[in-house]
Amino acid sequence: MWDPRIETMPYEQIKQMQYKQLKKLVNNLYSFNQFYHDRMRAANVSPLDINSLEDIQKLPFMYKQDLRDNYPDKMFTADKSEIVRYHMSSGTSGKPTCVAYTRNDLDYWTEALARSLTAAGLTSDDTLQVAYGYGLFTGGLGLHYGAERIGATVLPAGTGNTQRQLEMMQDLGCTAIACTPSYLTHLMTTAKQMGIDWKRDMNLKKAILGAEPWTESMRAKFEESMGIKCIDIYGTSEQAGPMFCECEAQHGPHIWPDIMLVEILDPKTGEVLEPGNKGELVCTMLKKEAMPMIRYKMKDITSYNVEPCECGRTTPRLSRITGRSDDMLIIRGINVFPSQIEYTLMRIPQVGDQYMINVTREGDLDRLVVQVEIKPEAFSDKMEDMIALRATIEASLKRYLNIAAEVELKAPGELPRFDGKAKRVNDTRVF
Amino acid sequence: MTKRISQLSIFVNNAPGSLAAIATILKDCGINMKTCNLAESNEFGILRAIVDEPSASVEKLRAKGVIVKETEILGVKIANAPGSLIRPTGILGEAGINIEYGYAFTGKNVEGVFMKVDDPDKAVEVLSAAGLEFIDDKEI
Repeated sequence: MWDPRIETMPYEQIKQMQYKQLKKLVNNLYSFNQFYHDRMRAANVSPLDINSLEDIQKLPFMYKQDLRDNYPDKMFTADKSEIVRYHMSSGTSGKPTCVAYTRNDLDYWTEALARSLTAAGLTSDDTLQVAYGYGLFTGGLGLHYGAERIGATVLPAGTGNTQRQLEMMQDLGCTAIACTPSYLTHLMTTAKQMGIDWKRDMNLKKAILGAEPWTESMRAKFEESMGIKCIDIYGTSEQAGPMFCECEAQHGPHIWPDIMLVEILDPKTGEVLEPGNKGELVCTMLKKEAMPMIRYKMKDITSYNVEPCECGRTTPRLSRITGRSDDMLIIRGINVFPSQIEYTLMRIPQVGDQYMINVTREGDLDRLVVQVEIKPEAFSDKMEDMIALRATIEASLKRYLNIAAEVELKAPGELPRFDGKAKRVNDTRVF
Repeated sequence: MTKRISQLSIFVNNAPGSLAAIATILKDCGINMKTCNLAESNEFGILRAIVDEPSASVEKLRAKGVIVKETEILGVKIANAPGSLIRPTGILGEAGINIEYGYAFTGKNVEGVFMKVDDPDKAVEVLSAAGLEFIDDKEI
């Protein structure tokens, strides 16, 4: 264990620790930050009202929209001189969100990953190939520093260039890889094409998989065909980045309770549920300096388990994310909201009101096909014009979504009409 | 003689049964296609047709929800014989006029080629000057 004091703390003691941290956090934000002060005043709550851990329920929720509305820096609670890094993600309607970190924020993120990677069974003897994107995405740099902290050797491979990734993995005898589940599938397929016998030629023992939903059946398939152990990792940019891994018992990611407090809400009534019940995940980051998150609605549907784990850790474990309480799609690891697609389409004058979003998985990759009805006046007798229109729509979608979408042009009346709530998304992928 | 032919272009989805559906609408509207040509991409096609009373036909088809566009094209008389296409296309090429698409036609009274060009006025001028004749829609 990397930090046995936290990792084996009895649950009652965890709650006391979290209460003290919460009280301090609320005090600080109420006293020194205008944004949070105004929020608490509007919700008619002050630090004096926080007298138990349960009193967190008096605090208002935060939403992704808050990050967009306050883009880029109106929610930062640290001075510019204290901020040492930004990460960015693209957001709905082309409006991005920006997250900021102080030196301490980076330190806790790295510390969380040091505990997590140790729980996943990695040591200073391991070589971790980090095949997450480096740069604005949090995955690459997060895993990179976490693995370095435990003394593992890091191969900062980044994304793409699959043949070279496989050659490096083989040449350097990488024992672990961190990537998306769909990229691991792609690696497996490419290896086969290159004539690599995975179990014979590779030294890989572990795969740390996250950033998009995956399933137990995918785990079984990877483990069987590659002879490795697959570890789920959870964390989003609002929390810092990927932070929480499963231990070798593979019973859901261990949450580090000094860093994040978890609540689960009944999605219908909004009532806070007891551990073990499935609902909407709400997170409070207890240590963040540059960008605190208090009762942030993740929109992920999951549950958490506070029973001590067979690995000896007592910290709560999240179960698999089984869905979203909003309509966000995760396509090839990128978050896509149907509203983003609609916003993009409706700004193209030749496009009519009706569209359909089809998501499928073909072999290794998610495929996004957007069908659009064109307006009669946009029709041309020249095939060249029609193909150019399709290319224009594809380019706009690519620009706003950061992901390639195929466009199919349809005649008016060709796509389904909806009387009540429109069901424009057809996602046939199995998770 | 107008020297121009009116053509209807109809948007057709590229899926089994789509063309039959359009053909049924044409029949219901009492529209006869004298000649037609089909261009296709992956998911849609363009049916180009020469019909009687094109403007009235467009109204009828639009009322049925069909995407249709009326376009003026040129019909150039050429013999149904090897090498006959060389002359008109050569003349247009020399005049720097681009042919966007075209298709051949062989009827009872007339034979020739229909072409959509990027500069129809100039095309009429250079082809007439070379002594080529145009198809009149009454001949089709």
